[in-house]
Amino acid sequence: MSDSTLSSVRATEDQMLPGGWELIVGLEVHVELATRTKLFSGSPNRFGDEPNTNIDPVTLALPGALPVLNRQAVELAMRIGVALNCRIQPCIFHRKNYFYPDMPKAYQISQYDIPLNADGHLDLPSGVRIGVERAHLEEDTGKSTHVGGATGRIHGSDYSLIDFNRAGVSLVEIVSRPDIRTSEQAREYAAELRAIVAAIGASDAKMEEGSMRVDANVSVHKPGTPFGTRCEIKNVNSIRALGRAIDYEARRQIDVIESGGTIRQETRHWDDAEGRTHTLRVKEDADDYRYFPEPDLVPLDPGNDWIEAVRASLPPLPAARRAMLQELTGYDPQSEAVIVAVERGQHGYVKSIADAGGDPVRALIYVTQAFADAGENPTVPPADIAALTLLERDGKLSATQAKTILADIVANGGGDAAAIAAAKGFEAMDNSAVEAMVDEAIAADPDAWAKYCAGEEKAAGAIVGRVMKASKGKADGKVVSAIMQSRRG
Amino acid sequence: MATVPTTASAIAEAVASGRVTAREVLEQHLAAIDAREGEIHAFNLVTAEIARARADGIDADVRAGRPVGPLAGVPVAVKDNLCTRGVETTCSSQILRGWKPPYDATVITRLHGAGAVIVGKTNLDEFAMGSSTENSAFGATRNPLDTSRVPGGSSGGSAAAVAAGFSPVSLGSDTGGSIRQPAAMCGIVGVKPTYGTVSRFGLVAYASSLDQIGPFAVTVDDAALLTEVISGRDANDSTSIPAPPMSLRASVGAGVAGMRIGRVTDLPGGAEPEVEAALEAAFASLRAAGAEIVDVRLPSLSYALTAYYLIAPAEASSNLARFDGVRDGLRVGAADTNAMYGATRAAGFGDEVQRRIMLGTYALSAGYYDAYYGKALKVRRLIADDFARAYSEVDAILTPTSPVVAFRFGEKADDPMSMYLCDIYTIPTNLAGHPAMSVPFGTGAHGMPVGIQVLAPALGEQAMFRVGGALEASAGGAA
Repeated sequence: MSDSTLSSVRATEDQMLPGGWELIVGLEVHVELATRTKLFSGSPNRFGDEPNTNIDPVTLALPGALPVLNRQAVELAMRIGVALNCRIQPCIFHRKNYFYPDMPKAYQISQYDIPLNADGHLDLPSGVRIGVERAHLEEDTGKSTHVGGATGRIHGSDYSLIDFNRAGVSLVEIVSRPDIRTSEQAREYAAELRAIVAAIGASDAKMEEGSMRVDANVSVHKPGTPFGTRCEIKNVNSIRALGRAIDYEARRQIDVIESGGTIRQETRHWDDAEGRTHTLRVKEDADDYRYFPEPDLVPLDPGNDWIEAVRASLPPLPAARRAMLQELTGYDPQSEAVIVAVERGQHGYVKSIADAGGDPVRALIYVTQAFADAGENPTVPPADIAALTLLERDGKLSATQAKTILADIVANGGGDAAAIAAAKGFEAMDNSAVEAMVDEAIAADPDAWAKYCAGEEKAAGAIVGRVMKASKGKADGKVVSAIMQSRRG
Repeated sequence: MATVPTTASAIAEAVASGRVTAREVLEQHLAAIDAREGEIHAFNLVTAEIARARADGIDADVRAGRPVGPLAGVPVAVKDNLCTRGVETTCSSQILRGWKPPYDATVITRLHGAGAVIVGKTNLDEFAMGSSTENSAFGATRNPLDTSRVPGGSSGGSAAAVAAGFSPVSLGSDTGGSIRQPAAMCGIVGVKPTYGTVSRFGLVAYASSLDQIGPFAVTVDDAALLTEVISGRDANDSTSIPAPPMSLRASVGAGVAGMRIGRVTDLPGGAEPEVEAALEAAFASLRAAGAEIVDVRLPSLSYALTAYYLIAPAEASSNLARFDGVRDGLRVGAADTNAMYGATRAAGFGDEVQRRIMLGTYALSAGYYDAYYGKALKVRRLIADDFARAYSEVDAILTPTSPVVAFRFGEKADDPMSMYLCDIYTIPTNLAGHPAMSVPFGTGAHGMPVGIQVLAPALGEQAMFRVGGALEASAGGAA
């Protein structure tokens, strides 16, 4: 894939690596589809069940068992294709043949020269467009656990255990073009892709559970010369690790080349603890997969009606959701609050609070702070939250008081903010009263005050704490901080 | 004891009407097995007790006035590559010895639904790879007509069971002729239906794009009856054609008046003179019955054997890869996983299976795919095109089933090429996915029977059975 004919994207000056090297990255991302059952059998697709309970003759490749394609898997794969602007086309399945104990048929049913989704793209939030070569359907393998031995790998282990629950689970492999030029872009691509597949309900895309797995093809070259030999980096288990692994691998390759060596095409393993990659297998040893058309399945032609139905049913994508929140709140689409709300699918809830007359900015903040576990459609009536935002905006409640009432409303599934405020005896304090309290607190703890004045910001906590105690939580933390800063001069 | 009829349809009628019990029918066939099975070795396993329980169940249904199916009480032998729930299914291979499937093949379910009584699992060339049943890991099957000769293969056990009277009908599988060729060599009727009309679910795969299950019978009418019972859409097989079960029995006696029957002018030669003579006699009888004989050309047929021995082994190399010692069946321990694979497969597979796995692996390998497998797929399309042109002129085509009559044990076992040539006339229809049947017609060398093959276009089973019925009707007068 590191063929220079496949990418015309050039790094900008500030994206170049030291020494005039250009980084070339393509990502292969596997996502497990959120199907009820497996890709070719009726066994449940569930993570974390007792080993070898979600199995059947097809999963175990018992003689005589035959695969039957899961319609829901095709539909979810098509959603990914539409979301990534792919051409959705009539396609076929191939067998990829290799022996491995957690691969019961000794072949994986995958797609080869004619994938379901082809030639799309993904626009990064930073504005760069990354080509998507293909997004094809395939089945997952089982999971091996190698017991004994130092490395946890099959070589040197005493014995191996195999769990076939994951064998046959639906995957879509999304292959980018080698258009990525920085590790930051790679992280951005992975994060945006994760947000998209989650937003469209295709996958829960949890890297830590393995339902989204990212492999990086990394090479370096000097602009104007052919692409360098690439190495494939596996075992990247978080978006942060992806950036670190690419940075490390680029540095390693440059060091090898600059010291007169050559890069071997190989698969390398990222060790997150050591912060380095090491050789897993060299390309020359790689299997010949003997791909050929899967004779147990017929060609898949989704047809225009189905494709258009999928297109029409697609919810707004993360970019559109972020743009909506930007419009509503004025926040940058890349701000933490906007990203969090969109990732949780709570953008619509923020909007409904604003539509109920609430203050949009506070609506966004409240939702990101207090609704982490509430899912896409919190049950608290938007009007209740809207009322609270207005009380804070109009100075009738301090931020701290509002937060207390918000927690109360969320815990009770709703509530009248004004009534709760009255019941708690909350009323906004005027600033002179707060100033007096601050002065009392400084007098009571001169050591903390001296440290704070010397620039030790942490020491402020002791003073603020005294004020809060004295005001029974009614003082506005922001006001307290402002008074302290003006006293410090 | 009441007189038991000989054909499946007559047995079913007699059982359903209560004139004879399914148990009586079964016991008579079990007695025939007892008498000659030691000599013939048609079966890997006779399931007498399971069969008795099922026969008694049918009789209870008849007594209670419950409806029984079109095969009520009919003993059926099934090839041992068809999965039978809880009953050992070996494919005549050491690697599967002792394996009991947790499910029935769809055809087994349909047989049970029709009231059939399965009497046992029949011998075959290991994994259906062979033309003589000599490749069975459990010993060869003998031809009931001359026990010094092979029954043909790979479904030799199913053919011999019917020819020996162990069951009136049986099921085999046909990947390159494995039903039709043994039917010809044992002097009975064998049918390979259109690819996709009979579910392959529960058939242990040899070459998935070619495999098709079909019946053996003494009469063309019984073969039609069995085909009707086992055909029809099955959601468990993605290659199953969305069509209802076929209606064929009415075609058997419909005659061939006005039909156009093809004679292949460029048929690859090499058939024994008696076989050629039988074919001429068959054309003459059809002409006499009112058919028109029309010359057709099938120029790509001469490449069929070569294409088959790339496509079938290629698929087999992948289909048989699952026998790796990790889960079911044989495992031969070794120092590491790769060595265990090698030791298990070397010990578990016979020579012919290993030969085809290696052939297929090679044909699919990087750098060879285009020259071998890819080219074979092109030949396959050319053959289909040839047939399509021919069937624009004719309703059916007649050829010999096998170029030779049943041969002696060992005669071809050490010469794979001459063994492969036994299937030269049967392989093209598998590549095209078309139906074909073998009908006994006359006698060849050494007094052994000759089979004539009727070929028809996809889903052309009705035309095929018309011709088959006409050949059967006139066969008494031939030779």
